[in-house]
This record gives sequence, structure tokens and C-alpha cells, in this order.
Amino acid sequence: MILFDNVTKVYPNQTRPALEDASLEIEKGEFVFLVGPSGSGKSTFLRLVLREERPTSGNVWVLGKDLMRLSNWKIPALRREIGTVFQDFRLLPNKTVFENVAFALEVIGKPKSHIRKVVPEVLEVVGLEGKEGRRPDELSGGEQQRVAIARAFVNRPKVLIADEPTGNLDPGTSVGIMKLLDRINRLGTTVIMSTHDAQIVDQMRRRVIELEHGHVVRDQSRGVYGYAR
Amino acid sequence: MRAQFVASEVGNGLRRNLTMTLAVIITVAVSLTLFGVSLLVRAQVDTMKDFWYDKVEVSIFLCADGSDTSSCVGGEVTRAQRDQIRADLESLRPLVVEIYYESREEAFIRFQEQFANSPIVDSVGENALPESFRIKLSDPTQYDVVASAFSGRPGIEQVNDQRQVLDKFFRLLGGLQAVALIIAIVMLVVTVLLIVNTMRVAAFSRRRETSIMRLVGASNLYIQLPFLLEAAVSAGIGALLAVGGLILTKTIVIDQILAPSFQFTAFVGWEAVLAIAPLLLLVGIGLSAIAAFFTLRKYLRV
Repeated sequence: MILFDNVTKVYPNQTRPALEDASLEIEKGEFVFLVGPSGSGKSTFLRLVLREERPTSGNVWVLGKDLMRLSNWKIPALRREIGTVFQDFRLLPNKTVFENVAFALEVIGKPKSHIRKVVPEVLEVVGLEGKEGRRPDELSGGEQQRVAIARAFVNRPKVLIADEPTGNLDPGTSVGIMKLLDRINRLGTTVIMSTHDAQIVDQMRRRVIELEHGHVVRDQSRGVYGYAR
Repeated sequence: MRAQFVASEVGNGLRRNLTMTLAVIITVAVSLTLFGVSLLVRAQVDTMKDFWYDKVEVSIFLCADGSDTSSCVGGEVTRAQRDQIRADLESLRPLVVEIYYESREEAFIRFQEQFANSPIVDSVGENALPESFRIKLSDPTQYDVVASAFSGRPGIEQVNDQRQVLDKFFRLLGGLQAVALIIAIVMLVVTVLLIVNTMRVAAFSRRRETSIMRLVGASNLYIQLPFLLEAAVSAGIGALLAVGGLILTKTIVIDQILAPSFQFTAFVGWEAVLAIAPLLLLVGIGLSAIAAFFTLRKYLRV
């Protein structure tokens, strides 16, 4: 599903690689935590999966495609198979909940009838039924993140990337978001989540990949956040 | 591709960026109007050339008593010389289309008619004007053939091409047209820069939307098309205004002001306006689309 083969990424004008000689494989249907301190290479890893960056050396395979050889015009098709959620939600403030989710379908050219059918479905999955007409500033942080997850999931992607999705939320709300991501994972979507939240990682007991200075220092199924705490 | 979605994006974009949109419309309108007018001037020069070159003649003035040109040292032109000139002119057919001999008397009568209301008439005596051959050429640009064959020959005082007088005038008009064209091109460059800037502002103010579009896998066309269309729509409106300016130039400046005061010459017709108008639309929309395209490649990358 996702394969990193000796991947090194050095950003221009930087000497230290953001990711160095990283090799790992993520199978279909897995739930993977990506942990490590800031600057350890988590974001670079996620950006490489999304093909927002190209590796300096090594190969990245995502959904059977060799991203080194993927031509530019095929990138949108790849991203339609990958949902993305961020710490800062990235909702459009002047659109309602419904419109924010529908936007993701409109811009890839889905017909209106399809949008009218699937948006309410996904809003029900994330637990926002009845709030279709609200704007982001009328919602709590947790609800806003649910909208973002609905937007990422509405096209039923094969992979969901969550970059510190609970970073802006209180612990109680975070648990709800984690339950939602778990549910999405159980619906068959591979979930890759970067996080600093030790409690969540320890509770979930899923695969943990730890990065440090751009190296994979730990890859553990049913792991915990870290030993050195 | 959902047309309605794109159309509403374009409408929103234009409204959100209203001042910049207006600036683009106005600069496009002004620069294209100038461009159109300069093309109209060229069409006008062509029209006048067609009109006048049809009427111009080459005049071969014959020596009169007292002519002081070196070819006239033999005094007044003799009958034999005159007949020889006529025969040589005949041999130049078909370049020479018409040959018309004008005697002194005829020249004087024509002069009197031309300057009927001028005091000059009284100061010119009956024999002051030379006799001449007036000839018409099938191709007026071949004047040199006639000039080299006849000028300096005994009995011929001067070979005169009316076209050369006209050419000075046309060169002046051509110069004016070139100046207008240069200003128009400079204005068009300014317009392109303005469109580039407008696109940058538009791309920046919508970076949230476009970043989400990229993430959910919208194609480049889908992301960029609203911007391209915005540029094309505002440039299109500007170009339409420029076409309006061109039509006004034709109806007011040419038909109502110039044509009544200068009745001796022809003016460009509507067919010139009809030929220029689509060009203005094409240049306006094309320029803006190209400018927008290259800006977007830089600011809205995948």
C-alpha cells in the first residue's frame, strides 16, 4: 500500500536531511501512529506520501504507484485516493458545514445529485447530522475537526493522513476524534496519524513508528508512545 | 467539469477583487483603443494611397524660352524633340497607360481654374507656364523607369512625380501611426504587468481554497480555470469597450469631423473597423489569458 525504500529527503539550502535512509511498509487497513519530536521528519514523511515533495533519493510507492515516476498531471488522481486532516482544520470560514464537505466533491467535478446523496451520509458517519447549515465559527474545535474529517473521507479514500489531528483539542474531545478515526479505519481505510499525544497512542495500542532526526528508530506493532518518559 | 461551479467562482472572484478588476478593464480598454486607432490610421493611409495613386501623374515639363536648366541650353523645345518624346513614351507601354499633351494655353486655363479665387492668378502671365506631357503609369511605383529615361534629355526641363509629394505626407501619417502603435504596445505591456499582479493578489486571497483543492485532488485545470476566466472576462470587457471606442472614432472623428472638412480625399470605411474589432478582442483576451497562465504556473503549483 505504502512503501518507503531507502528514502532520503534533503530540503534545498539545508545540510541535514529531514529524512534519511528510511525504509518501511504500511499495509492496507493498518492504523499507524507516527511519533517523534518536532523536526524528526514526521511532516516530511506525510508530504512525501502526498507527493507534495519528491525524495532526494530512494523510492516511494503509494497505492501501487511509483511516485518518483508519477507525472505531474497524475498527482490529482493520486490525491483523490488520500484524505488529509490537519491540526488547524483548514475549513473555509464563509462556507457552511455542508458546503465545506461538498467543496471537496465539487472541485473534482462530481455531479450535484451525487453530492446531495453522499454529503449527508458522511456527516452522519462523523456525527454532525443536524449541523449542516452551521459555519465553522459556530462550531467547537472538535466539531470543526469532524467537518475536516468528513471532507477528507467523503470521497472514500483508501488512505487517510492525519497530521496531529488532536493537537488543538482538549483530551475529552480528542477521544471522540480518535473513536471516529478508529471507525473510519474499521471501514477499510488505512490511517496514518502523526501525533505528540502519548495518552492516545498508549490507549489505542496500534502500530507505532518513531522517527528521530530523520531516522526510523522504532517500528512496533501494538506499541506505546515511548519508553523514555 | 461543472460549469455552474466554475461560473460562480469566477463571479465571486471578480466581485471580491473589484478595484483590481476595474483597473484591468480600464487599462485594457485604453491600450486596445490606442492600438485600434493606430491600426485605423494605417488603414486610412492605405485608403488614401489607393485613392491618390490612382490619380497621380508623372509630368514631363518641356523647355520653354528662358528655361535655365542645362538640358534646355538649346532654347525652347523643338517640334522634332517633342515628337521624339511622344514616340518614346508610346514605346514604354504598357507601363505607360495614358499620355496626354498639355500645351501652354491649356496649362494656363487649368491654372486659372485651380486658383480661381486666388490673387496669384493675376501675377502669372499667359506664357509663364511650360507645356508638358502628363502620363499615367499602370504601376505608380515604377516612376524611376520614366525618370531615368527622360530627365536630362535635351528639350526636357524637368520630370516630376506627384507621388513623391504625396509620399512625404504619407510618411508623416505613417510616423504618427508608429508613435500611436508604440504607445499602444507600451500600454499593452503595462496591462500585462497589471494582470500578472491582479492574478497574484487573487491567488493569494484564495490560497485557502486552492490549497484545499490541491489536497482533495482537484485537477490543475479546475484550480486555474476560474482565475484564467476572470482575467479573460475582465480583459474581454475592456476589449469590448475598446471596440466601442473604435466605433466612436469612426462615427464621430472620421465621419462627422474629418470627412466634411476634407472632401477631396477618401476615408476608411466600416470594413476597416470590422477587420480591426475582432483583432482587438483577440489580442485583449489572448494577452490576459497568457499573462494569467504564466502567473498561475508560478503561484498555483501542484
